[in-house]
Amino acid sequence: MHANNLLLLLLAFVAAAFYVGRGRANHIAKLAGGSRQLHSLPDYHGHYTALCCGLPAVLLLILWIIFSGHVISAMVLDSLPAGQFLGDPGGRELLANKIANIAQGVLPKANQPAILVAAAEELNRLTQISRWSVTALASCVSLVGLIWARSRITPELRSRPRVEASIRYALFFCACVAVFTTFGIIFSVLFESLQFFQSVPVVDFIFGLEWSPQTAIRDDQVGSSGSFGAVPLFVGTLLVSAVAMVVAVPIGLMSAIFLAEYAHKSVRAYAKPALEVLAGIPTVVYGFFAALTVAPFLRDLGQGYGFSVSSESALAAGLVMGVMIIPFISSLSDDVITAVPQSLRDGSLAMGATHSETVIRVVIPAALPGIVAGIMLAISRAIGETMIVVMASGLAANMTFNPLDSVTTVTVQIVTLLTGDQEFDSPKTLAAFALGLVLFLITLILNIIALKVVKRFREQYE
Amino acid sequence: MSKEPIYLEKIQRSLVGRYRAERVFRGCGMLAVSLGLAAVLLVFVDIFIKGTGAFSATYIALDVTYEKDLLGIENFADQRQVNSGDWEAVYKQALRRDFPDIRKRGERRKLYALVSSAAGYDIKDRLLANPGLLGSKETLWVLADDDIDSYYKSWLDGNAYTARLTDGQIRVLDTLINTERMQLRFNANFLTRGDSREPEQAGIWGAVIGSFLTLMLTLVLSFPVGIAAAVYLEEFAPKNKVTDFIEVNINNLAAVPSIIFGLLGLAIFINLFQIPRSIPVVGGLVLAVMTLPTIIITSRAAIKSVPPSIREAALGMGASRNQTVLHHVLPLALPGMLTGAIIGMARALGETAPLLMIGMVAFIVDIPAGFTDPATVLPVQIFLWADSPERAFIEKTSAAIMVLLGFLVTMNTSAVWLRKRLERRW
Amino acid sequence: MNTSATFGVGTPSESDFRDTRGGDMSEIGLTKGHVTVGSVEIQAAKMTARGVNIFYGDKQAIHDVTVDIGKNQVIAMIGPSGCGKSTFLRSLNRMNDTIDGCKIEGDIRIDGEDLYSPKLDVVELRARVGMVFQKPNPFPKSIYDNVAYGPKIHGLAETRVDLDEMVEKSLRRAGLWDEVKDRLFQAGTGLSGGQQQRLCIARAIAVSPEVILMDEPCSALDPIATARIEELIEELSHNFTIAIVTHNMQQAARVSQRTAYFHLGRLIEVNPTEQVFTNPEHSLTESYITGRFG
Repeated sequence: MHANNLLLLLLAFVAAAFYVGRGRANHIAKLAGGSRQLHSLPDYHGHYTALCCGLPAVLLLILWIIFSGHVISAMVLDSLPAGQFLGDPGGRELLANKIANIAQGVLPKANQPAILVAAAEELNRLTQISRWSVTALASCVSLVGLIWARSRITPELRSRPRVEASIRYALFFCACVAVFTTFGIIFSVLFESLQFFQSVPVVDFIFGLEWSPQTAIRDDQVGSSGSFGAVPLFVGTLLVSAVAMVVAVPIGLMSAIFLAEYAHKSVRAYAKPALEVLAGIPTVVYGFFAALTVAPFLRDLGQGYGFSVSSESALAAGLVMGVMIIPFISSLSDDVITAVPQSLRDGSLAMGATHSETVIRVVIPAALPGIVAGIMLAISRAIGETMIVVMASGLAANMTFNPLDSVTTVTVQIVTLLTGDQEFDSPKTLAAFALGLVLFLITLILNIIALKVVKRFREQYE
Repeated sequence: MSKEPIYLEKIQRSLVGRYRAERVFRGCGMLAVSLGLAAVLLVFVDIFIKGTGAFSATYIALDVTYEKDLLGIENFADQRQVNSGDWEAVYKQALRRDFPDIRKRGERRKLYALVSSAAGYDIKDRLLANPGLLGSKETLWVLADDDIDSYYKSWLDGNAYTARLTDGQIRVLDTLINTERMQLRFNANFLTRGDSREPEQAGIWGAVIGSFLTLMLTLVLSFPVGIAAAVYLEEFAPKNKVTDFIEVNINNLAAVPSIIFGLLGLAIFINLFQIPRSIPVVGGLVLAVMTLPTIIITSRAAIKSVPPSIREAALGMGASRNQTVLHHVLPLALPGMLTGAIIGMARALGETAPLLMIGMVAFIVDIPAGFTDPATVLPVQIFLWADSPERAFIEKTSAAIMVLLGFLVTMNTSAVWLRKRLERRW
Repeated sequence: MNTSATFGVGTPSESDFRDTRGGDMSEIGLTKGHVTVGSVEIQAAKMTARGVNIFYGDKQAIHDVTVDIGKNQVIAMIGPSGCGKSTFLRSLNRMNDTIDGCKIEGDIRIDGEDLYSPKLDVVELRARVGMVFQKPNPFPKSIYDNVAYGPKIHGLAETRVDLDEMVEKSLRRAGLWDEVKDRLFQAGTGLSGGQQQRLCIARAIAVSPEVILMDEPCSALDPIATARIEELIEELSHNFTIAIVTHNMQQAARVSQRTAYFHLGRLIEVNPTEQVFTNPEHSLTESYITGRFG
């Protein structure tokens, strides 16, 4: 039985359990002299019964969904004669995929070796067995749960606290999803990175000056070992981010100051959301804009003045990225600037300071921690931005600080290394995870510091 | 002590420069805002100018004859005849008749190439829908090839783009234009079809449906979990290290680059859980994980804005904590939560990078019918088209962006509307 | 009227101009065309206000106030909360300009110069008429930089030595020097409330203003700090013209030479302080100082 149908079946069981439990509770209440005699309302007894019926079965089902595929595929592979796969884990995985494809009819059976076809049939057979057994098992578990819960219903049974506690646990579990996600990210990038660092030493990766991840398919090809020195990528990322910040920080900050301190309320009411539109435009749109409008424009402009501007220049990507980040900086700065108490402004104005003197000498210094934190968050965003650089900057890992040249970035390389059909365990794909690890760590550190600073700033003026 | 008059003099002397600085500063602020607004305008205008062309396509009028011999078909009920029918022969014959002096094979091929390869299928569909047409004659508007489309549109703008055409083709085109047998018509293909290698046949409907399916899944997964997490953190969580840790995690995840979520999806969902690539299920999972922090944060803000007096009133009536939350807090916080969900979905709709990691960049012609069909989504479709070398894809890309921005504007406006309409001020 | 939440302390709050529109005026013996009793005009006037009306949007906060502020004198402005005294005080150095929708009619002059004439420079005016606020508001800078702020922006000091001197002089006059001379470069926000307020006074007098406006300068302070500030006001009044708004009648009695009593946006009575507190002319003043309302 398919997992969806099984879920529906379980749902029916759970619904039945609710009515059984509630009916039982009503019955008991009638015997005992009214529902006042029960500790909890009949509905709670129903919920309690439903929980006892459904929860274990659902847990069972989840375990089955996670593990059955792996177990069955391992069983099938083990049943094959030993020589069938190359012996290394990658080959095993490929073979498993192939068998699965044959079993699902993606690959036609006709032109496959008989032994694989047999294995595919075995796979299908085992899958069938496992499906039926899990159906039977889950049904049994839920029925047992139902009967057990029903038998426990007495006037004294404290169903309500139990039901409420389980709801609380469920809520807690949902809150923990964020923690699981973080661990999932760390697990996925760290695990693959460690594998990568077995073939490429960490030092070579972090301090190496050459990046050319082309590994050969056959051992005898030229350049069979790629070089994985990530410094050019770091330089490229920094260069593009620097250009972006040069655009975004002055414009974003000055807009925030103007809108918070000078602009008339009606101007602010329209200009602020209009600027924030920039934050809502998908990055792929910026990428297209950078690649097809800004880059050619800059190249032509450069030609006009006798500069050679690469058509994939860091300048174009950085400029557009800066535009994207403007609203980010302006709204964060706006928040902290408006959080600076009016009394400080009054104090300065009452001394005879002009408005700009007040802003520059009092408001900005007071808001500085918040502004710096906002800029840090913006840098973290610039470093992690992907689509703009994928579309508008190059693939060649040049070590240069000239924004007119083409550079490549960490995110561009992650995308390049992982798109297309790659075998999963090659150093090339693993390198992407190592880059991901670096990216994650850097942005994490920036974010943690920035969020701490913002929090402290808020507490100061609250 | 009396006033030192020298101070007043000094102040008066300083004033000119200070007021100049004031004006400069103010001017800088105005300039910054204007630059930002100009950037908004520039992006929109640029996309709009580039993209409007894609909503019309060039069609060529041909006097076609549906001859049985030509098609090789006697009876439409015979599936074998239909399958082997030479539908393209219809427009090829019409072209030969209109331009009899083109005889060389190579030139003939160039002549046929003026018409899109989709025209044959259109003729087939037309005949299958109206079997009575067999043997008759009519003037049929057939879809032109993308190069012809580019030529005609640029010709209309007064700056004909001839790079990919031969002189012979241009002569034919000019004849067609002069005899008014070339026309721009509404490009329904663009809005109703899936992707194609041929720009004139490529449409965004497949990507729209893919986006829809993916977002549905994202919403179904992230909204309940997000609300549950927000309720826990705001209403039940004790003040302790565990809670702090969860909060720090949520805040950080909200600022983690989206591409990292792609890596997570690739390593966990695809390699560990063996979910197939390229399908809305895995895209929805990744985007759900990515939008979850946003939804939790906005939902928490919505719950926080419900005044404590409401909770106290309910608790004072003897309601349990759960009942208070379920009956009083949640309904009041719902508009704010919905607004947050819409904004989160809008972000997910525009997200590209993580989906590249999980194989949603595949070239998919068919319109997905379910959550487990290979699919692509709007922003990825834009990325794919932007990468295509054909000139005609530029306007397709821009038009797809217009569609995407249209959806985003609708979502964000409805979020604002919802907030204005339903949010209570306490 | 919508001053919104962005304005913090020192701004007249909603309550400052509630009940200012007639209504129950007759109930408390106030007629619409009330004329201030007592001696509104004096010989050596530093500032003069004639027929001042102040509006927030369409609400009138101050009705037809006419009063003189004597040179090198302390004038205390008292009255129940919401009577408009802070609003009036802020109009004396045009701090009301910072509030949206605030409109002023009438004539206010300093040494005969019209405060609201287009020719008057507001920056120069505020350098001449300093202000100390209800809640101490030192800038988040060092003590030294707080005091040096005025001289720096106005370009009063030619050299660093000049500036050091000015800072020391101001801090000495504010009676703060001995307490802070060893930590001049620590944050001003780290001082106690009373010290912060004296720092703000030092900051205000660093540019040698002619008039100092004080808006309930002691309301956020404990009694000991209050006494310290009162002494300071007494000392400063030899060199500066001071207008102080206060809730505290004993304070008004202690520090001022003249007292003005405000009620519901109207100036009821202005007289020498002694007379106001011993023999008030107007029944409302009497009711207030005897504690019948306030």
